[in-house]
Amino acid sequence: MKSTVIKEPSMVQQKEMISDHFQKLSEAPERGQKVVYTFVPGNLTELMLGFGTLPVHPEINALQSGMRKLSGDYIGAAERVGHSEDVCTYVKCDIGMLLDGNVGPTGKKLPDPDLLLLSYTGCFTFMKWFELLRERYDCPVAMLHVPYQADGEATEEMIAYVTKQLETEVIPKLEEVTGVAYDRERVREHLERSRIAEDDLVAVLEAAKHRPSPIDAYFGGVYYIGPMFTAFRGTEAAGAYYRQLRSEVDARVAAGQGPITPEGLLDEERFRIVVEGPPNWTHFREFWKMFYDEGAVVVASTYTKVGGVYDRGFRHDPDRPLETLAEYCLGCYTNLNLPTRVDMIADYVRDYAADGFLINSIKSCNSFSAGQLVMLRQIEDATGIPGGFIETDLVDPRYFSASNVKNRLESYFQMLQQRGSGLEAESA
Amino acid sequence: MGVAPIIDRCHALLEDLDLACVSEWKAAGEGRRAVGFLPVYIPRELIHAAGALPVGILGAGEELEIVRGDACFQSYICHLPRSVVELGLRGKLDALDGVLFPSTCDVIRNLSGIWKMMFPDKEAIYFDVPQNLDPKVGGVFYRDMLAEIVTRLQRLVGRDVSEDDLRGSIAAYNTSRRLVRELYDLRAAEPWRVPTSETYLLLRAGMRLPVEEHNEMLTHYLAEVRDEDRALRDNARIVVTGTFCEQPSLSLVRTLEHAGCYVVDDDLMLVTRWYGPDIPTEGDPLEAIAGAWIDADDETPCRYVADGKRKGQQLVDSVQRCGAEGVIFAAPSFCDPALLDRPMLQAVLDEEGIAYTSFKYSENTAQLQPIREQAGTFADTIKLWSDA
Repeated sequence: MKSTVIKEPSMVQQKEMISDHFQKLSEAPERGQKVVYTFVPGNLTELMLGFGTLPVHPEINALQSGMRKLSGDYIGAAERVGHSEDVCTYVKCDIGMLLDGNVGPTGKKLPDPDLLLLSYTGCFTFMKWFELLRERYDCPVAMLHVPYQADGEATEEMIAYVTKQLETEVIPKLEEVTGVAYDRERVREHLERSRIAEDDLVAVLEAAKHRPSPIDAYFGGVYYIGPMFTAFRGTEAAGAYYRQLRSEVDARVAAGQGPITPEGLLDEERFRIVVEGPPNWTHFREFWKMFYDEGAVVVASTYTKVGGVYDRGFRHDPDRPLETLAEYCLGCYTNLNLPTRVDMIADYVRDYAADGFLINSIKSCNSFSAGQLVMLRQIEDATGIPGGFIETDLVDPRYFSASNVKNRLESYFQMLQQRGSGLEAESA
Repeated sequence: MGVAPIIDRCHALLEDLDLACVSEWKAAGEGRRAVGFLPVYIPRELIHAAGALPVGILGAGEELEIVRGDACFQSYICHLPRSVVELGLRGKLDALDGVLFPSTCDVIRNLSGIWKMMFPDKEAIYFDVPQNLDPKVGGVFYRDMLAEIVTRLQRLVGRDVSEDDLRGSIAAYNTSRRLVRELYDLRAAEPWRVPTSETYLLLRAGMRLPVEEHNEMLTHYLAEVRDEDRALRDNARIVVTGTFCEQPSLSLVRTLEHAGCYVVDDDLMLVTRWYGPDIPTEGDPLEAIAGAWIDADDETPCRYVADGKRKGQQLVDSVQRCGAEGVIFAAPSFCDPALLDRPMLQAVLDEEGIAYTSFKYSENTAQLQPIREQAGTFADTIKLWSDA
């Protein structure tokens, strides 16, 4: 392991994009630019950009608070005003941050929303979350109900229902708030940029099929999906970012290099792992280190599909702006039924030649977690590979027990090695 | 004759975890089918119109040790799906030919997928009620979904379902809803005469019996209970909320009563009394059922309240209409809908100056003494210090 941190151009590029976005947010009230709070799964970024609005994603604020070690205090503040210890810590972190002045990662107060765009996609809690925020902000709510793919497909009726809601609920409210008329051509242009960037993102994710994998598709993956899943999909900046990222990953493939970790390039890939479930954010670096210290590289993950399952073929279609947004919403990972999720993970294990798969079960997230123990057995049956299971939380530091997680991971990797998986077993 | 034999029958049905009553019903007719459903809401009319028996799946309560079901869920998932899986794995739901999973929360939603994987031979239908309440948008989607469910039920029962079948079923459930509302009105007016433990048992019986038989049972009870000689106690009049999905045990309900609470309204088994007026029996029956959902004012944490100013108003209305003196928030542990809603509802009660307390339970909660003490203290507080 090399000790120097390599900052590739794409990393610097993304950092600048985020910094610029938060700067714009802090200046939005002065400029009169409208701000829309919305969620990552089922986000309608191209549509929002078409109205010139700036998106804010409360779950991104929460995860950033987790990484900045602020979430524990925020969660405590929310619990002290009556929020149950049992419920989603993203919500409580957001409420606590709001109670503390809603100061963003740049140290400046985030602007209040002009619209709460409740894209109710794949997560029941989203609905309650914005009902809670609605009590604190004097602004309209646009509710977009995205039906669940319970039978493993998005039916024509579902697509028509979501499209109709875009026409009758979301667009009129965006028009009302911004004073701007819906411009199909403008949205189409953003969607065209999205489609190209999506190709590049998929090429990056699928580069993990190489051995060694040039990327970590979970810990590194959360950075790679950042622009695509948040405020930047459909922008020129995102297009440039993904072109740059793809060229860097291609170069690593050509050089036979592994992924970049916080401690530099990973020299030796010992285990190839598929991961289901979101990461823990309060101890993100420590969690990642538990993997790369063992030479474990995540070659595919489901968390990097919560904002769109592009590697299964979906692309935004610029010529059908609203229908394609409807199809996008319906296809986000947590809106897929459990048998589909099982098939997808089993495919990842096979397609990426994984040695094992691991479920990080998140206390806060019933959408992901309910049923994961059954999924574990189903995936084991489908692949013949034993799975690992750990429990953490998104942003509640009380639910990250480093020693327990480390013990479990080390035991799991040892078990993989003993059963003949991984590089050393192959060498032997 | 009194109500005792009726309540005894209800009690026997509650304890019939093997669904022997359902098996008997099926055996009494050629090709009969039974279809289960989970809380909170499904239109039972569709199942009934297909000639099948709608059967509520409300977990195993305090009656069954959960072993294999626990192995399927992490510690932070509520109890209901554990007992549903346990019942399924032990063969206690074998009498059912299919199950409807409503869009109550992420856990019930994912349970539909678990069911598909664990019990592939049984029909599993997800019931995604619209959160968009525009008749031309959510209403159209809902009607389409109802038609699709009818198609699947037709395949299950092996016969067509006509519009007249649906109208007849709507009429039967309109009667049921009227009788349940009458029961609730009587309890609110004279809670000492209609204990909640009996109301609860009566509603639970409706989760097992054919609607016609249950309507007779309710009619009979309503006639008999008015002649019961029951003592009026100086109890506090309470609304219980949060119990819409995972059901409390009968012991827990009795604990509240023993603690000095007259429950004058609750959200137990909402499927029995959804909607205000009757669903029309004229015109397109599926559109009528869809319209009833769209038009209903009913508020549960599972349903989006588009008008923020209305949030919690139904609870306040319930307190005022029933002359309640306080509210008990009784939420199942790890119940996202109830627990995420609670701060919003409590804020509304604060504004109205309505007293409340809260606790959590599971369907198999065995340590009831802390709940009895808490509810008793709450009732005493109301009696000693309230303005009433």
